Amino acid sequence: MFLNNRASIRNPSAEISLFIRRALIAFTTVLMLVLVLMVNLYQIQIKSHEAYQTRANGNRIKVIPVAPNRGLIFDRNGILLAENRPVHSLELVSEQIDDIEATVEKISQIISLTIDEKSQFFKSVKAQRRFKSIALKNKLTSEQVAKLSVNLHLLPGVSIEARLKRYYPFGASLTHVVGYVAKITKKEQQTIIDNEEQARYAATRDIGKQGIEKYYQRLLHGQAGYQEVEVNNRGRIIRVLNYHPPVHGQDLFLNIDIRLQQQAFNMLDGRRGAVVAIDPNNGAVLALVTSPSYDPNLFVHGISTKEYKKLLSRDKPLINRATLGAYPPASTVKPLLALAALENQVISETSYIQDPGWFKLPNVERKFKDHLAWGHGKVNLYRALEKSCNTFFYDLAYRLGIDKISEFMYKFGFGDYTGIDIHEEVSAIMPSRTWKKNRYNQPWYIGDTISLGIGQSYWTVTPLQLANSVAMVASNGKSFTPQILGASQSENGLLQIPAQQRSNIVLNNNDNWRIIHQGMWNVNNSPGGTAFKIFKDAPYASAGKTGTAQVASLSEDVKYDKKKIKERLRDNAIYVGYAPFQTPEIAISVAIENAGHGGSSAAPIARSLFDIYLDKNTSGLSSGLLQVKQKNLDKLGQTL
Amino acid sequence: MMSSNSQHHGYARKTSFWKRIHLDIPLLLGILTLMTISLMVVYSATGGSSFMIKAHAIRIGIALLVMFFVAQIPPDTLRRWALPLFVVGVCLLIATLLFGYSSKGAQRWLDLGITKFQPSEAMKLILPIMVAHYITRHALPPKIKHVMFGFIIVLLPTLLIAKQPDLGTSILVASAGFFALFLAGMSWRIILFLAGAISAFIPVLWFFLMHGYQRQRVLTFLNPESDPLGSGYHIIQSKIAIGSGGLFGKGWLNGTQSQLEFLPERHTDFIFAVFSEEFGLVGVALLLLVYLFVIGRGLFIAARAQDPFSRVLAGSITLTFFVYLFVNIGMVSGILPVVGVPLPLVSYGGTSMMTLMLGFGMLMSIQTHRRFNK
Repeated sequence: MFLNNRASIRNPSAEISLFIRRALIAFTTVLMLVLVLMVNLYQIQIKSHEAYQTRANGNRIKVIPVAPNRGLIFDRNGILLAENRPVHSLELVSEQIDDIEATVEKISQIISLTIDEKSQFFKSVKAQRRFKSIALKNKLTSEQVAKLSVNLHLLPGVSIEARLKRYYPFGASLTHVVGYVAKITKKEQQTIIDNEEQARYAATRDIGKQGIEKYYQRLLHGQAGYQEVEVNNRGRIIRVLNYHPPVHGQDLFLNIDIRLQQQAFNMLDGRRGAVVAIDPNNGAVLALVTSPSYDPNLFVHGISTKEYKKLLSRDKPLINRATLGAYPPASTVKPLLALAALENQVISETSYIQDPGWFKLPNVERKFKDHLAWGHGKVNLYRALEKSCNTFFYDLAYRLGIDKISEFMYKFGFGDYTGIDIHEEVSAIMPSRTWKKNRYNQPWYIGDTISLGIGQSYWTVTPLQLANSVAMVASNGKSFTPQILGASQSENGLLQIPAQQRSNIVLNNNDNWRIIHQGMWNVNNSPGGTAFKIFKDAPYASAGKTGTAQVASLSEDVKYDKKKIKERLRDNAIYVGYAPFQTPEIAISVAIENAGHGGSSAAPIARSLFDIYLDKNTSGLSSGLLQVKQKNLDKLGQTL
Repeated sequence: MMSSNSQHHGYARKTSFWKRIHLDIPLLLGILTLMTISLMVVYSATGGSSFMIKAHAIRIGIALLVMFFVAQIPPDTLRRWALPLFVVGVCLLIATLLFGYSSKGAQRWLDLGITKFQPSEAMKLILPIMVAHYITRHALPPKIKHVMFGFIIVLLPTLLIAKQPDLGTSILVASAGFFALFLAGMSWRIILFLAGAISAFIPVLWFFLMHGYQRQRVLTFLNPESDPLGSGYHIIQSKIAIGSGGLFGKGWLNGTQSQLEFLPERHTDFIFAVFSEEFGLVGVALLLLVYLFVIGRGLFIAARAQDPFSRVLAGSITLTFFVYLFVNIGMVSGILPVVGVPLPLVSYGGTSMMTLMLGFGMLMSIQTHRRFNK
């Protein structure tokens, strides 16, 4: 078949011109197709250039938030109470890992991982978004960091992150003042979104949960900065294009004196109770101690279930007793009741009663017993305070009546929030007719009034309220909102927080202050005073009042015998006081649950705190803050 | 004597020197320009990898040597070997389907012990030689029956390659055969009929012959944004690279899409996107001019070839070179579906470079083995 056709006659020049025609058509087509390509490329490169440029930048430029450093917390003398320490954690980004389980397995061959850590991690992997990094192990030791670092190139998507974590060097003694920070919960995240603060919190993992850390979260936190970085297709940062530094949180200086805080905490020694010390001149909270307490550092990295269960013990270490504990004030409010009676002219400085050892309402059989079964005999106001004579105050309360008592006590802040700068606070109860009606739907009985005379019945106070009321007494009625925060320091300098004055208590007769001051002086200084032994060799003059609150009501004829009563049913020991007597600088309340008599158990703590605070050799209190400011500026200079 | 000659006929002597060693200088200059561009862009696309650039340079050197040796073979020898080469080529393709070496779901390689060999690559040259040989045995323009038989010759290897599956190569092989028939002068009626037949064939191709991944590529081509992180990723990133290049480009080594590795296959099939990003539309226009020069020179050589076989072969090789170019740029810039076709002489990779340079060797042979000047 081939051979037959080979012989056909060929016309070379016609074949050439045919070829050239075809080649020209082909070349024209080539040119047209190249034009098509060029038109398309023109569309992409010129017409849509900006859009593609934006997308190219979107590919390569990532904005990474930079967390601000949380402000430090100092006491009034510049002692560091809350600091930030670098902590290394091992983190994984699941998006960048093909087989997470295999990777975790590989890691567990390098460093040991507990089952708890693994399960916690896999739980978070499911819950978190894929491109967010999730911690597999926190608090790496330097040895673990070293071991992991050399193997990191074999583990794509795994990194060691150094973050600043809160550390509380004083541990449990300050937990209920400073509080603590921990991981932001979903609910808190929602609040942040609701407040439109996402940008502020963009790089933040922890948030204040309690105390100062929570109350002043805004000041302490600061504002996140951000950096624009160039990344490659695996998200690795190639270089930083732009850096907007974060605004670091403000450093806070508390009014707290850590020496007082520590001393009170140590003296409480795990017993259940609270101590509050306030400067009567400005409402500065010098100490706010609750016992038992717990180590706040446990919560910073997430507390284990086992550890947390321990904190749910019967002693309730999670409760801030100083502000949440409502105790019957017992005899510690007797000076105030005396003041109310003087103001209402129910008694005078010199009026007296005969105490047979009991008080009886007219026409009622029930006896209200004094603590001395045989009575104090002839008792005036001074003797009644010095000896804490109950009968005198039964009579006094009876004559004042409930309305005048509650009205007068409201002025000293009872039954109301003090407004202290932590969120954990209760108002406790200052009973009145309407309160009882609302609460129990019962009328007020005259017997209720009699018990109020010795700070019992429905009356409860928090140790904070009690200390605050003593501060008002000490300062002749000056009233302040208790302040834990003393000053804050930002880039703009140190800002002193001014005292928050409330309306002063004005008496009809100003001399009445002197009378009850004298009565309280007697308690600490007169040889018969209930706290005389405790204060007898003090280098300063002080005033005070002991209290012993019944926890369980004993029937009328049973004599209180400490040894026979179960520990939990024993009386609460309470003490209030202030010093120095002439120019008060510190007012205090001490409450210890089931510790018995206020004079012997509670007063020694007050004595010890007065000693420390008023010892001018060891304290540089007034100038302390300024020195601290200088010290911290130096420190800042060093770290920068 | 020699020196006075060269003084008087310097230009002619020089030309005859290049002719004696069978090199066509304009074509060689075009090729060398493209290779220089290739070295620059591969260097940028591999992130300045000296290992890759050395390997690439060595391949270019070998390819130039191969071109040089092929240029020494007279076209007539190629013609005489056409049928045996074709038979062996088809046998090897069948062998590949039967005993071939699989990778990435396609069976394209034949393991020859010392080296792996891709028979479909060889077919890119064997087929135009075979078709040119067959069709030019008869007077041109060819008769219908010869064209028909020519088509059978084209279809046999094309289908064998499509079966591997290797869409890109089968397109290139089919084009080479088709161009040979077209340049030989097959009638327009047949071409029109063919165009109709192909349109009718597309649904059959889609539903019965195409593999899942091939269909996916076409769908992706039609709407890449439907799956931006999956099958659409390549084309989207490629268009971002090209588009962000703008008029003058971001500068050599400064393309963010390529340097930061957002662009996949950046030193192989998608190297045009790297080039466009770094050199902009101006660079692209210049690059296309170089390509057009090479194609123009190729067609010029074809037109001046001394016999019909050489003409058709040279034309077919040149137009196939253009198909590479058009399909590659078309797919990288999103007007054609993604098929695995490299940017000729620029993409990294030895196989296609070798095939192309074999083809250019043949062009030079055709140009320099003419016995007389017209």
